[in-house]
Amino acid sequence: MTPETIFYAVAFPVLGIFLGLTYKGIDRRISARMTSRIGPPIRQPFWDVGKLLLKETVVPENAVKWIFNAMPILAFASSMTLLLYIPFGVLRAPLEGYGDLIVILYLLTLQSLAMAVGGFASGSPFSSVGAQREMVLMMSYEMPLATVIVGFALLYKSFSLTTIASTPVWTIVSPLAGIGVLLLFVALLAVTPAELAKLPFDIAEAETEIAEGMLAEYSGRNLALFYLSDAVRSFAMAAIEVVLFIPFTFSYVFGVSLSGATLYIVEGLWFLFKVLIIYIAAVTVVRTSFGRFRIEQASRIFWVHVNLIALLGLALVWVGV
Amino acid sequence: MPKTAYYIPIGPIHPALKEPIRVEAEVEGEKIVKVDVKRGFAHRGIEYMGMKRNAIQTLYLSERICGICSISHPYAFVITAEKALGIEAPPRAQYIRPIIAELERIHSHLLWLGVIAHEMGFDSLLFWIWKGREKVLDLLELLTGNRINYSVFMIGGVRRDLKESHIKALKDMITYYWEFTEKMKEIILSDPVYKARTRGVAQLSKELALKLNVVGPTARAAGLRMDIRQDMPYDAYADIDVRAVVPQDIVGEARGDAYDITMVRIYEIEQSLDIIEYCVDNLPEGKILAIPNYVALLAKIRRTKGEAIGAHEAPRGEVVHYLKFDGRDGPSVWKVIAPSYNNINSWAPLLLGAEVADIPIVVAYIDPCMCCNDRVALLKTPEGKVLGYEYIHRKAVEKTKRIEREVRK
Repeated sequence: MTPETIFYAVAFPVLGIFLGLTYKGIDRRISARMTSRIGPPIRQPFWDVGKLLLKETVVPENAVKWIFNAMPILAFASSMTLLLYIPFGVLRAPLEGYGDLIVILYLLTLQSLAMAVGGFASGSPFSSVGAQREMVLMMSYEMPLATVIVGFALLYKSFSLTTIASTPVWTIVSPLAGIGVLLLFVALLAVTPAELAKLPFDIAEAETEIAEGMLAEYSGRNLALFYLSDAVRSFAMAAIEVVLFIPFTFSYVFGVSLSGATLYIVEGLWFLFKVLIIYIAAVTVVRTSFGRFRIEQASRIFWVHVNLIALLGLALVWVGV
Repeated sequence: MPKTAYYIPIGPIHPALKEPIRVEAEVEGEKIVKVDVKRGFAHRGIEYMGMKRNAIQTLYLSERICGICSISHPYAFVITAEKALGIEAPPRAQYIRPIIAELERIHSHLLWLGVIAHEMGFDSLLFWIWKGREKVLDLLELLTGNRINYSVFMIGGVRRDLKESHIKALKDMITYYWEFTEKMKEIILSDPVYKARTRGVAQLSKELALKLNVVGPTARAAGLRMDIRQDMPYDAYADIDVRAVVPQDIVGEARGDAYDITMVRIYEIEQSLDIIEYCVDNLPEGKILAIPNYVALLAKIRRTKGEAIGAHEAPRGEVVHYLKFDGRDGPSVWKVIAPSYNNINSWAPLLLGAEVADIPIVVAYIDPCMCCNDRVALLKTPEGKVLGYEYIHRKAVEKTKRIEREVRK
């Protein structure tokens, strides 16, 4: 581990929290405008976190105390670690070479798992129902998610995200495999709201049914950690999709050659712009234009429809390669 | 042995409920296996208060029975009072009253459509519908001076006349809502997610609906042709020939689920528009109060001995009032029956075997109004024995004395 890696390891989480909360603010603002409301200011999520950190942290009497308190930290830590695996445009990922797509898959799962375990540990019936739903939902969307990753492994003969980021996927595929990759993209976009527990798949937190479900008993610092990990995870998920499917750099698209600091600044902003587009398309627009599904309906959607799309994509990639 | 059944308390305070009531459900996984509904959290003793005031004050009080439909209870009240007094409102007032009542039906149904969208997590639909609802609220403010609690009815007429400018605004509103309901049919009734969440949910068969005595849109969605405006017409409704809106007339069959009830409510908005249009076009000239002098009215009430029952079709179903005048300037007996009282009966049978995700829809689909339906509160011992009035009163006196002693110390 070089000093550079350690610097990244400190700088990335700070940057990640900042970007995650900013994107959350933009998301809330756009969603409000879509429903003809004014919406909160973009800095509102920062205030929310600040306020939650000041509030008392209540632990229910019949909760398993240490698990209840440990799970928010676990979720937060895993989302922070997740950030370190993502190459920001031309910047390389700080933990490059220490893990790959499989690790990312597990880190994404770990957060949902932490929330579910925290829900079970909080001893409230609402949380228990929410945690059960989260487990069912996880079982449903893990298969398409894994299929997407296997598809990429087939294409690159590698699970390394750096390899994938350095060679845009669209330049190495045949037309047939290209359609396959497109289908994998669609499947991943469909999984995104479920992975991030956003509408129409926020079944585990359904406010009107089970009163925020797994988070029902969380408050104060613990809730702030979950809030932060949710914000960072949303950003990271959109960033992964950009790295996998829209890897085109600014200089590639506009045909300009940049160098030095300008290159890093322009490419960094370009990457953030692409992430914002994906974020709005996969999270904001979807959560504004759908109602909540029932758990068995959501399961069917993932097991049948999304799985079919993903497997078809995988088959096309396999034939095309 | 792991615990398989969970006990889920819904209420008295819960995000799915807008008013306090308690539903105790025992669930296994996602399925509800045992359910109990407990009411009585919003009892305010309004009937008792009304029996201590004069009739005009009681009329205002009756507006505060319900938080949403602030014209249904006054409407039933004035009809009942007029029957008991043997007076009749002038023709112009008889046409203005349905206009206000139908405007309220439109706003109440739009409110419900927004709420049910929110219950299934469809918040953008909620915002869109409630944005459309602003128009009718603005119009009610123009007509009566208030967005809610209009204070426009009076025993023997109405207190405010319709002007030319009001009629123009009403006609504008009618065109606006014809477009709006068309859009709603397109957006709500043909939306796949909405259909997936409501088809087959809260399904009430015709037999069960009859057995449970449900009223209003809940009964009509199950295919029962019942509507006070059709069965016992009053005021201008007698001239209009209102027909109950039932799903079998719209799509051929009535399934009685939450989807059908949505359909019934949207078509009832259109029916209300027709009624308003008829009333506006055929508005008779003349005075608006049978007895304009309130002192004379109260004197007449004091001289009257008699009783009557009157009913009005509120947005949620039938509202029935009973009044007895007995030598006082106000009612000596006043009894109110609100539609939610009957409709809440459907919760327990519908929730049994349903899923947790269906609870908010089952709870919301009858558009419950707790403050309307809570007529009495019972106090029980943990063993289930009902405590008598004398016992509670004695305890209350004892507590007051104890607090007095503590304060004096």
